[in-house]
Amino acid sequence: MSTRTAVPAASADAAGAAPSLLTGVQAAAGWQAFPDASGHFGKFGGRFVPEALMAALDGLTEAYAQARVDDAFIAELDDLLASYAGRPTPLTDARRLTEHVGGARILLKREDLAHTGSHKINNVLGQVLLTKRMGKSRVIAETGAGQHGVATATACALLGLDCVVYMGEEDTRRQALNVARMRMLGAEVVPVTSGSRTLKDAINEALRDWVATVEDTHYCIGSVMGPHPFPMLVRDFQRVIGVEARAQVLERTGRLPNVVVACVGGGSNAMGIFHPFIPDTEVALIGCEAGGDGVATGRHAAAIAGGAPGVLHGMRTYLLQDEWGQTQVSHSISAGLDYPGIGPEHALLHETGRATYRVVDDTAAMEALALVARTEGILVAIESAHAFAAAIEVARELGPEATLLINCSGRGDKDVDTAARWFGLLDEPADADPAGTAAAAGTAEGGGQR
Amino acid sequence: MPSRLDDRLAAARAEGRAALVGYLPAGYPTVDGAIAAMRAMVAAGVDVVEVGLPYSDPTMDGPVIQQAADAALRGGLTTRDVLRTVEAVADTGAPTLVMTYWNPIEQHGVAAFAADLAAAGGAGTITPDLPPEEAAPWLEAAAAHGLDPVFVVAPSSSTERLRRVADITGGFVYAASLMGVTGARSQVGTQAEGLVARVRAVTSLPVAVGLGVGTAAQAAQVAAFADGVIVGSALVRVLLDAQRRGEGPEVALAGIGALAADLAQGVRGAQANVPVTA
Repeated sequence: MSTRTAVPAASADAAGAAPSLLTGVQAAAGWQAFPDASGHFGKFGGRFVPEALMAALDGLTEAYAQARVDDAFIAELDDLLASYAGRPTPLTDARRLTEHVGGARILLKREDLAHTGSHKINNVLGQVLLTKRMGKSRVIAETGAGQHGVATATACALLGLDCVVYMGEEDTRRQALNVARMRMLGAEVVPVTSGSRTLKDAINEALRDWVATVEDTHYCIGSVMGPHPFPMLVRDFQRVIGVEARAQVLERTGRLPNVVVACVGGGSNAMGIFHPFIPDTEVALIGCEAGGDGVATGRHAAAIAGGAPGVLHGMRTYLLQDEWGQTQVSHSISAGLDYPGIGPEHALLHETGRATYRVVDDTAAMEALALVARTEGILVAIESAHAFAAAIEVARELGPEATLLINCSGRGDKDVDTAARWFGLLDEPADADPAGTAAAAGTAEGGGQR
Repeated sequence: MPSRLDDRLAAARAEGRAALVGYLPAGYPTVDGAIAAMRAMVAAGVDVVEVGLPYSDPTMDGPVIQQAADAALRGGLTTRDVLRTVEAVADTGAPTLVMTYWNPIEQHGVAAFAADLAAAGGAGTITPDLPPEEAAPWLEAAAAHGLDPVFVVAPSSSTERLRRVADITGGFVYAASLMGVTGARSQVGTQAEGLVARVRAVTSLPVAVGLGVGTAAQAAQVAAFADGVIVGSALVRVLLDAQRRGEGPEVALAGIGALAADLAQGVRGAQANVPVTA
């Protein structure tokens, strides 16, 4: 199956635009009304940035508007997705997990098998092609767990662009392997020591860089967040996940899944798989926010469950903030979900009720990670494990007649160290505890500043 | 009807000079310490005060202002303290603006913030991450309370955008001298003069230049082509250095007074005799 033929609704494209990964189902859905011309998803989204960046955002919006209907651009992107990133990624029947859970049939969309080990490559290839199209020579990016940074460094190496990745100092220490990977790929990794030294501060630093370098530099944002047009752009580049998965599930089972489940930090893997299903109102969409130590403890990253609408990083959305509008530091064992906001289109999906959002805490995610490893032989990223944890509950609620699709957004190699500590699998630590409880508590505490 | 800010800028112009606008963040080193520093600044010749509202994610600020803002927030500063600071500074008679990222206003309540700022004697706001496209609620609230909403333009702004920003701005147009974040630099951006000329072509409002101005010589240079000179990081640096050296508040205040006096000479076209930056 080629990437192009993986677009099932292309022929049903109501707008009559060229069939492509970028336009296919979206135009047929009528959901293309979001964002509106000014970049709003209902009351969310928009552009809250300094005037210095407005010209660049206008330029990017215009360049993308042309690229998305340009056959040459689409062909180049489709080719890279297929021949370089390894798309389409497979759909796996999780037979032993399904049997173990004893509920709905569980299907996995295997973004962990995409090049660089997660869905991040989809967006990055699109943005880096746009960068070249705009005649810019330098790319900057933020990264939390390092997956977006690795994907950006990879695409820049492939296309011969300079790459600088901003990463919170805490994360550079804990995700040292990914720092080394980025440097191997020729990127400069800048540890960020301001503020809370986490992902949100890496974004702050990238924005500071961009204001000063915008003439020759593109800021390759890694999720469906930030000022317009980024939430739209990243969604469009990620929706290939859902376009493929929808066709694959139909082919495999003869019908649509009852439920689609994905983890949500900024929310790009979730938006990518949700978006083509939005018109299928019989399909329930469930996003999983990181609950950290539990929403009640205040140490979590669940912007919808524990936050309120506000403005951060150029967008209006749900945020963790205090009563004065100061951003609160998020907490999660998963560096990739450890962000105090969420993409504005998720905020809209939540408000309209088209998607629902559940909270999965550290412990539940790690238990799911272990279960999936033993039943399916797949070591998933801790981020993705949040989706599995919720999906297991939902599969039981649904019963065996139903089908459930999980976005397995990334592989867990980067998390082996964290998981080994959590489960007490290392020989060395003096505080090793056979039950894993002491090690688990220590890890959760030590991992607080992500 | 001209606002207090309009009057002060007109008075400076009548003296044949640019106005001096000084920025310090509320709450650093303490709420009262910051108030004393701002009052010292006014006593030494600053015409207009910008009270910074420290914010957790100051994406438009360089390391100097970030450091002071972080410390203020760690000290427990709230928007209420900022309003108290405005009240104490406005008492000097200097028009007092709050420089803030947008979210603290939104969370305070847009109408409530305008009412509270006006009640504290504030003259207006500078909101660098609030573009004209998102500004309608604030413009309405500011107008209802007689506040001047100051907006920022940049060297990258098209003529159309300059017009759009100037149309909604009150008091003066804030022209960013360069593409970048706040912070003193060895030279004033070469784009500053051209930007001021482009702004003057679309509005009769005064134009003040900020970003990268920190010495009397730079103030004099900018004063030659702009109606206002905005200095922030260089002043904040004086407070940070005093703190770092463990000096008492009187030394910090003397330093603020000396730099502000020097800058005040600068906007009057005089060159500094004393080296001012640490």
